[in-house]
Amino acid sequence: MIALVVFGVVFVFALGCSIAMLFAKNAVHTALFLVGSQVALAVAFLLQGAHFVAAVQIIIYAGAIMVLFLFVVMLLGVDRSEVLVEPLPAQRQVALALGVLLAAGITYVAVMSVDLIGGDRTQALAAINRDPGNVLAVARTLFSRYLLGFEATSVLLVTAIVGVMVLARRVDSVTALSASTPSSEEREVA
Amino acid sequence: MTEVAPAYYLALAGLMFSIGVIGALVRRNAIVIFMFIELMLNAVNLMFVTFSRIRGSVDGQILVFFVLVVAAAEAVVGLAIILVIVRRRASANVDDVSLLRW
Repeated sequence: MIALVVFGVVFVFALGCSIAMLFAKNAVHTALFLVGSQVALAVAFLLQGAHFVAAVQIIIYAGAIMVLFLFVVMLLGVDRSEVLVEPLPAQRQVALALGVLLAAGITYVAVMSVDLIGGDRTQALAAINRDPGNVLAVARTLFSRYLLGFEATSVLLVTAIVGVMVLARRVDSVTALSASTPSSEEREVA
Repeated sequence: MTEVAPAYYLALAGLMFSIGVIGALVRRNAIVIFMFIELMLNAVNLMFVTFSRIRGSVDGQILVFFVLVVAAAEAVVGLAIILVIVRRRASANVDDVSLLRW
């Protein structure tokens, strides 16, 4: 009964925040609504016994990534309002219609797939969460069967860091580096 | 504690994913479009967790971990690209970036 009530609150809150994202004109408001829906999803993870994922969702998504988004929004200027005039004819109506169709399709396929997989094995996951614990079970699986993927993840992160450092560097500092050294020194002195 | 049937979680994930698609199609600010992409990734994460519960193993939760890492890398690189575009064109509107359009 309690789980049902909590799920109802999560359902309404997550969907409400997502729909509010569509109508928020300010980018900061959009980001805050996104944080709201992510927190609601973390509660949904907790309800389904994914304790580690719920904690990571709060720390990384609602914490780190959203702070990065807000940082960039602030850096580019908060007061810059979005142009709300739609240049393409009927873009919004077509997008809405296709989106509703997509929602119906995904929901239908997902609900059908529950029976396809072969019933609810919730008790098995509950047993795993009780005996070694959720975090320990995730760690054992991650560092045994998915070890190669985990290592590939670290390569991806290093690549992303190097790429961002190259991208975000100012162009004039690059030209100053590539230019002959005396002239750049002169400019600094002047 | 009685559990809610997994189909409801899947329906929630499907609805959130569709809202993300609509937002990415309708909005014009590049950063806001990125936020809707994050919303779609979040919905997929909820699906992974739900399927992990249906199957009774933690493999789906590991996939959520991988999605999270890829989302972080994607957000960082994408925001850096937006930063460079705004520096050059003084606008985050995606309609202004039409150089490669045929």
